[in-house]
Amino acid sequence: MPFDEEYYNLGRLDRLSYKNTFVHRLDPRAKLIATLLFLFTVISFSKYEVVALIPFFLFPVLLMTIGDIPFLFILKKVLIVSPFAIFIGIFNPLLDTGHVLVLSGFTISAGWFSFFSILLKFALTISAALLLIATTPFPSVCHALRRLGMPSLFVSQLLFLYRYIFVLVEEAMRIVRARDMRSFGASGTGIKVFVRIIGILFLRTIERAERIYYAMLSRGFQGDMPTFKRSHITAIDLVFVATTILFLVVFRFFSVTEGIGRIAQELFR
Amino acid sequence: MSHHIVEFKNVSFRYPDGTDALRDLSFRIIHGESVGIIGANGAGKSTLLMQMNGYLMPTSGTVTIGDLQLTKKTRQDIRRKVGIVLQNPDDQLFMPTVYDDVAFGPLNLGLDEACVRERVQKALSLVNGLELRDKPPHHLSGGQKSAVAIASVMAMDPDILAMDEPAASLDPKSRRSLITMLKTFKHSKIIASHDLDLILDVCQRCLVIREGTAAADGPSIEILSNKTLLEENNLELPLSLQRLQVG
Repeated sequence: MPFDEEYYNLGRLDRLSYKNTFVHRLDPRAKLIATLLFLFTVISFSKYEVVALIPFFLFPVLLMTIGDIPFLFILKKVLIVSPFAIFIGIFNPLLDTGHVLVLSGFTISAGWFSFFSILLKFALTISAALLLIATTPFPSVCHALRRLGMPSLFVSQLLFLYRYIFVLVEEAMRIVRARDMRSFGASGTGIKVFVRIIGILFLRTIERAERIYYAMLSRGFQGDMPTFKRSHITAIDLVFVATTILFLVVFRFFSVTEGIGRIAQELFR
Repeated sequence: MSHHIVEFKNVSFRYPDGTDALRDLSFRIIHGESVGIIGANGAGKSTLLMQMNGYLMPTSGTVTIGDLQLTKKTRQDIRRKVGIVLQNPDDQLFMPTVYDDVAFGPLNLGLDEACVRERVQKALSLVNGLELRDKPPHHLSGGQKSAVAIASVMAMDPDILAMDEPAASLDPKSRRSLITMLKTFKHSKIIASHDLDLILDVCQRCLVIREGTAAADGPSIEILSNKTLLEENNLELPLSLQRLQVG
């Protein structure tokens, strides 16, 4: 059942984040900062840049290998959202027809470059974000945000989102199952029933929110979510961030791909 | 000690939609007593519990906890004294990890960090849940969830423990360990439940609620063996007593 599968998928990403590897043990703030810097560096390239983006795949690949995250799982996730990027870029080759490259008879328009550039940037940013979530428990990401200065209201919202997305999806799953069991073929699955299901889900959510608020008040909630300080930045975290920055700078301002190419040329001359 | 008393005096409560949930309800629970609250569906058991810490305020009548009468002003103080465990642990456990959840109450009480950690440690070991501390609640089983829900309330060190259907979603073994655990608590306990065997096991006294008012009040063993009274209230003899009758 597709719905059940999606639920399982969501849970899997979450379970991955509770592993215990070198990457998982890094301070969430270090990982958050490194990921953000990575995102900004990737986005900062010009819209025709393709070649210089390739070396950046080193970052997600390293995280994935050291963090013991299954490659196919991340790849699938990236593919699921890829239509967005494809649709943004798909018309570039047709609209942007400035000729830039002639390769043994083929002319490649500038639009193709910007299209591939969009796809690469997309793949890099999404996989980096997914890997952050897959190597850091979500609550830790939230606490990191809080300690890096994000307003507590937003952080509480994120925490509640994380806590209750599973409950909500399970609730939806139960309703969908109940519908499927009694709809014998297609008759129960129309848009009308679907709309009602959404309505019921919404009402149940409101009722639950009320009960949760009751539970919070019962335990002395007065408007602020208190939290512990839990992690400490260690030398390893600093080294991690420093190395990331160093690599980002090198990859950003020196044409690494060209360099590798030249070295290869020298070797095989 | 007078300060662990719960007293309802002529309490009535009407929901905004016009439903009269409680009518002229009076009872008094003294220090250290465990009281079972039983009654048909919709008799007003849950509403009664919500009056105990001021989530709902009585429409008329007074609720007194210890030496404090429940008003909007005193309700924060009353919430420290009365710990309520809700029926559905998913409502009770709202923080992303077990540890954070159990620490939520103590942190709100304004305790310092070392003290909070000690409380969390104590509360979790009380329910044998120490190894669950870093898990997110959605990775727990039903029994574990309800154990943690109890820990989250016990961490506030309440004088009075109120529970709504504590054993409703537990398997028999988890239910049994809950009962054993409840027996060791020296708090005043108020337990609303349809699980009459649990009430018979844990509570000395029993209060029957019908249509928002007290229909009977007395020692559990008397009330729970009174077949007519129970059947009038959509209940039946606890299984353990049924067996005795047949035998």
